[in-house]
Amino acid sequence: MAKLNVNGKEHDVQAEADTPLLWVLREHVGLTGTKFGCGIAQCGACSVHINGNLVRSCSMPLAAVKPTDKVVTIEGLSPNASSAVQKAWQEIDVPQCGYCQSGQIMAATSLLAKTPKPTNAQIDAAMTNICRCGTYMRIRAAIHTAAGNREAAAEILANEHTVV
Amino acid sequence: MNDMTTTNLQNPARRDFIVKTAAAGGGLALGFNLHGLGGDALAQAGATPEINAWVAIKPDDTVVIRIARSEMGQGTLTGLAQLVAEELDCDWNKVTTEHINPGQSLARKRIWGDMSTGGSRGIRTSQDYVRRAGAAARMMLLQAAADDWKVPVGEVTVDKGVISHAASSRTTTYGKVAEAAAKLKAPELKTIKLRDPRQWKIAGKPVKRLDTNDKLDGSKIYAVDVKLPGMLHAAIKDCPVFGGKLVSFDQSKIANMPGKPQALRVNETTVAVVADTWWRAKKALDALPTVWDEGENAKVSQASILKHVSSGLDSTDAFADINDGDVTAALAGAAKKVQATYAVPFIPHVCMEPMNATVRLTADKAECWVATQNAEASMATLSQTSGLPLTACEVYKMDLGGGFGRRGGNQDFVRQAVQIAKQLPPGTPVKMLWTREEDLGHDFYRPIQQAKMTAGLDASGNLVALDIRVAGQSINAFANPAAIKDGKDVRQLQGLWKAAGDAQFGYSPPNLRTEYAMRNTHVPVGPWRGVNTNHNGYFTECFMDEVAKAAGKDPLEFRRSVLQKHPKHLAVLNAAADKGNWGKPLPAGRHRGIAQFMGYGSYSAAVAEVSVSAKGDVKILRMVLATNCGHAVSLEQIATQVQGGVAMGISTLMSESSVEKGRIRETNFHLLHLPKIVHMPKVETVIAPTFDFWGGVGEPTICVVVPAVLNAVFAATGKPVRSVPLTGGLRLV
Repeated sequence: MAKLNVNGKEHDVQAEADTPLLWVLREHVGLTGTKFGCGIAQCGACSVHINGNLVRSCSMPLAAVKPTDKVVTIEGLSPNASSAVQKAWQEIDVPQCGYCQSGQIMAATSLLAKTPKPTNAQIDAAMTNICRCGTYMRIRAAIHTAAGNREAAAEILANEHTVV
Repeated sequence: MNDMTTTNLQNPARRDFIVKTAAAGGGLALGFNLHGLGGDALAQAGATPEINAWVAIKPDDTVVIRIARSEMGQGTLTGLAQLVAEELDCDWNKVTTEHINPGQSLARKRIWGDMSTGGSRGIRTSQDYVRRAGAAARMMLLQAAADDWKVPVGEVTVDKGVISHAASSRTTTYGKVAEAAAKLKAPELKTIKLRDPRQWKIAGKPVKRLDTNDKLDGSKIYAVDVKLPGMLHAAIKDCPVFGGKLVSFDQSKIANMPGKPQALRVNETTVAVVADTWWRAKKALDALPTVWDEGENAKVSQASILKHVSSGLDSTDAFADINDGDVTAALAGAAKKVQATYAVPFIPHVCMEPMNATVRLTADKAECWVATQNAEASMATLSQTSGLPLTACEVYKMDLGGGFGRRGGNQDFVRQAVQIAKQLPPGTPVKMLWTREEDLGHDFYRPIQQAKMTAGLDASGNLVALDIRVAGQSINAFANPAAIKDGKDVRQLQGLWKAAGDAQFGYSPPNLRTEYAMRNTHVPVGPWRGVNTNHNGYFTECFMDEVAKAAGKDPLEFRRSVLQKHPKHLAVLNAAADKGNWGKPLPAGRHRGIAQFMGYGSYSAAVAEVSVSAKGDVKILRMVLATNCGHAVSLEQIATQVQGGVAMGISTLMSESSVEKGRIRETNFHLLHLPKIVHMPKVETVIAPTFDFWGGVGEPTICVVVPAVLNAVFAATGKPVRSVPLTGGLRLV
């Protein structure tokens, strides 16, 4: 039995100490918004926050998470998807299949917490999650939008489509 | 134990899915629960009136549009809804959608038609009947209002779902007359006059997707997230060498591990462990002593495959598809001859949601929850593998976490899940989920392919002969041998076809030959988004730049000179060149490349801008893609599909699935590198519809991405890039 604080709620979980946090969240806590993509911390689909830090939960064993650590998943990021990042994602219609987007949103939120108005180069360095649908252009525009940098967002999306 | 024992499938938007049976007529409607929880048809009074199979309207004016195709991110759901809403004349803000499952369709004699979603067909092969359904529903709703008001239907008009009779100043809404309309006889569908696409008000306009919101907060339930009461979990391992066999495994070594793990033989080649959670099943599977008979294929290497494929470049066993003029004589008499060979490797699909399926079997019912591009193929597999008739089967379609051709006709993941479920107590649901290693090691890969390209120029640099010999593995030989007629697999020459309409070759030199020599391997292959247009586009378009250079001509001018017989190819090339500023000065260090090709009924062209550093770092800075897809239904979705195609295309510059000891070497993302945000250029999409045909969108632009980029690299370095992924010191940054 381990105690886990997820999205502000205490959970008692009956999982082995080496169970990755991802699978504790998905199979024991019952929160499936955090996704399995690779299992080796390469793709970022499983990204969550622990005490405000971005963590790839597929490679974080349960034993390494203290009962006092505050785990935040996509479900607990904000009420009714009201965070600046989620609203920007909604406004720009970022997702295609959507599978990687929980992780993308968690990564973008973490970036903006540390770097409120990131440059394109800072976005490139921080955002290493894989999206196979190729939503990257809109992710970039949405991060600028969430940062209040509408000029940079408009530059990304300029001529996104032109009918001739 | 799994702490979650209850279902999470209580999505209200889908829970209220109600389908009237054709026999119900009026009054009582029979409903099916979409997710099969409760499973049985249940009588529902006051259900949403169904105007026809595609349109149901609630009393509060909510318009429910049924979607039979699969949604995997490509936006077909939104595009199809736009087409129905366009003819229905409803309020777009009141549109919702619901999925149709294949069992529901079968119960109504396949009233929703083909459900398969591949080949960029989602819109183009559904558009006629869904638009007619929308128009028919509008006519019935107007008739119902006219009947109520006792006025001729010709005096009744509608705007955004509000029906008016001007002479008597009366108005009503779709929701108010829906119940009456549902009882009317449907008009003859074939005679309905559809709206001129140039007059569209909802279709052809930029609208937001209908399926974004639950992708923002983790609430969307993918197949991988399905939970059923009493559900077990399965992890699976197929013999790492294709064609090898499972010999034995030792259950005793895992018996005491947590989760009550149970190892079982899935089939001849595959073992699984079933446990109470997936992680416990996976851990036990990793610990399970397993003996494989890898067989002769374990001796196969990438080098031996490459040698086998390249033997088809000069062999006498090829067949010619196009053979215009006399290529041999024209090449012999040419003032200048250019020749080059090109190569592409096996390439994996890599859906971000790994393959999975959840199956529940009882003596008289087979159910499957699955992300599928072809729900009817899923159901056929469920029926065949379970031994139950189709009428006892249902497939609950879940939106896909990526498809790209992997989740189409070949439903290996459904077959395996059923084979596991058959070995469990009846009624026990089991969710089988692959690891990423399993996914990258057991794909139906984009087939390995090579080409020998030969061109002849006259003294003025005109293209007088073009000889294209393609050699490589055949998708049909692996997946659908019956499609190969007289040993001629023309599918491998997709994009090089003479026939107009689908994937027509644009260039018309006086002497032209296209040939294919089949060179199959033990590696399973299948359609990969864009399929054979990708490599044929790359071979052709990079070679055209080599030939243009030999002719001393500008790549755009050179192409124009041989596209004169195909004005649509030419027009889209010109559109890309114009928007891509072809011929205009560039900042120092930037170089352009151009390409055009055709597939899936649509014409595509691209201009890429790249820089190449002294140490070989290739940076793609900007791409302009032009498409003529005939009618442009969903502008936002076209732009985002083009962007997705760019990401898909450039991924093939970064990595491959290579064969080592008969298996795939690149087992996870530490070895298989995919594009990240840093690699993605700014993409500008030029939509150039000519309103005289219906072409596809999801796939056709991918095939011009790689050649446009590599032609820009060629312009930068002077060295043609004749194989992908990038090697020889070049790398994408």
